Amino acid sequence: MKYMLIMRATDEAVEASQEVPFEQIIEAMGKYNESMMKAGVLLAGEGLSDASEGFVVDFSTDEALVTDGPYGETKELFNGFWILEVASRDEAAEWAKRAPLGRGSFLEVRRVTGPEDFPADNEWIEKEAGWREEQAQRGQD
Amino acid sequence: MADPWDVATARPDDRSAVERAVAAAWRIDSARIIATLARTTGDFGLAEDLAQDALLDALRQWPGDGVPRNPAAWLTAVAKRKAIDGWRRQQRRDDRMAEIAVELERAGEGAADAPPWDPEAIDDDVLRLVFIACHPVLSREARIAMTLRVVGGLSSEQIAHAFLVPTATVQQRIVRAKKTLKAANVPFEVPPYVELTDRLGSVLGVLYLIFNEGHAASSGSDWMRPELGLEAIRLSRVLAALLPREPEVHGLLALMELTAARFPARVDAQGDPVLLADQDRRRWDRGRIQRGQHALTRADAIGRGRGPYGIQAAIAQCHAIAADFEDTDWDRIVMLYETLGRVAPSPIVQLNRAAAVTMASGPAAALELIDEIAASGALSSYHLLPATRGELLLRLGRTQEARVEFAAAAALSTNDRERALLEAKAAGD
Repeated sequence: MKYMLIMRATDEAVEASQEVPFEQIIEAMGKYNESMMKAGVLLAGEGLSDASEGFVVDFSTDEALVTDGPYGETKELFNGFWILEVASRDEAAEWAKRAPLGRGSFLEVRRVTGPEDFPADNEWIEKEAGWREEQAQRGQD
Repeated sequence: MADPWDVATARPDDRSAVERAVAAAWRIDSARIIATLARTTGDFGLAEDLAQDALLDALRQWPGDGVPRNPAAWLTAVAKRKAIDGWRRQQRRDDRMAEIAVELERAGEGAADAPPWDPEAIDDDVLRLVFIACHPVLSREARIAMTLRVVGGLSSEQIAHAFLVPTATVQQRIVRAKKTLKAANVPFEVPPYVELTDRLGSVLGVLYLIFNEGHAASSGSDWMRPELGLEAIRLSRVLAALLPREPEVHGLLALMELTAARFPARVDAQGDPVLLADQDRRRWDRGRIQRGQHALTRADAIGRGRGPYGIQAAIAQCHAIAADFEDTDWDRIVMLYETLGRVAPSPIVQLNRAAAVTMASGPAAALELIDEIAASGALSSYHLLPATRGELLLRLGRTQEARVEFAAAAALSTNDRERALLEAKAAGD
């Protein structure tokens, strides 16, 4: 199964990270990534640049609106992710616990869906055929 | 010795949250723990026993005391203390023992997050572990059990479940394997360069056997046991990181990824097998196809040509990139099978080549090849020989002869679902 580890940082985490030399952060992250690569579980991972370079597309009105984002009110920012392939939820949790993150940081761990999560095509065709039949019978009643 | 997981709990479902956390940490760290212990004690069998003993302590203590911050350091330190206790009882006080004692004291002062192994040496030590688990003095079954337990970090119970044998059988295989290695005085080492190709062949063979057991279960009622296939892929990735300059490691990884990409389409909603020709290719795992192609590119980039795994990966790639069965580049596949037949001659390769010839040149040409294999007497007990012959006869309109072949194939098949499929064809369904 695949899991996505989503890094979320609060203001507290951002402040704390500013006290640590950048090289030290890079090294810790590098070692963590390497350990997952060598264990054969790391499929992908990326870090995200500062939120000020990003924007938000808001769908709450009829027309989708591009805004600078409600970053001012947001308590936690999504700033990177890893995708792991592991045998169990527990293994995903164990890898997540090893991330070199500090106070104020959160890792949200979510299972990534695969083809097995969706029914086979023919099954839907069958289902749809069943619904059509049902509707046709209702029409006759 | 007893299996720690069995002592801790009778059924995996009963495991507490802590036990599941221990199992996860064990999966991640055990190979490096055992490899480190083997290096410090100089005795692989002892290292495995010590690590399992330490695990047993963890399963007893952690539910009460909580999981330590650095599980690997805890397990390694406990195992080393056990080694010293054992040597004291044997009244053995040599340099090795003194060294470990000093190390343990120093470790107590070290950083809590530091790994309990030498970062410069650990990759080599894990590689030694892989080679010893797949050593040619061991039987095929023993190599599989040792690899999954020592390198993969699976419990005997999990291995037994995957291979449909009693847990005691797996435990016996492990115990016997350790005795065999000791009796043969097998050193804990990466094989010297002149032996490397042969010894690596044994390792790759074991990984591929594990993969195939998951990919087409050879016995029992399940058509596939994907967990085993995925573990084989993970272990191949581990090996590819350890031996990045060996083309066949990447070739094997490519073959597994490209084959596993088809897993989601290989069985229908009822759990019955779906043949390649009938598979819904939209269900193929695109990510896996990409990773497989990437691995094959890495194998080719080394510039030493393709071995049997690389060639088979190239065949799997032809399927993976084809829009549908008819659109597949069958001429290229026939050519690749011919190359494979030269590099690694086998009647199975001939059989697969015949299947590709059917698509490239028609059933009559393929039937000639099949009859050649049958005449040679090879594969006389392999169900796919009559099954393939049956399919060809059917396409040539020789229905009655085809049914006889399907019946013969059904009688030879050991997989319940597959047999049912063949019996239906024999009955003319």
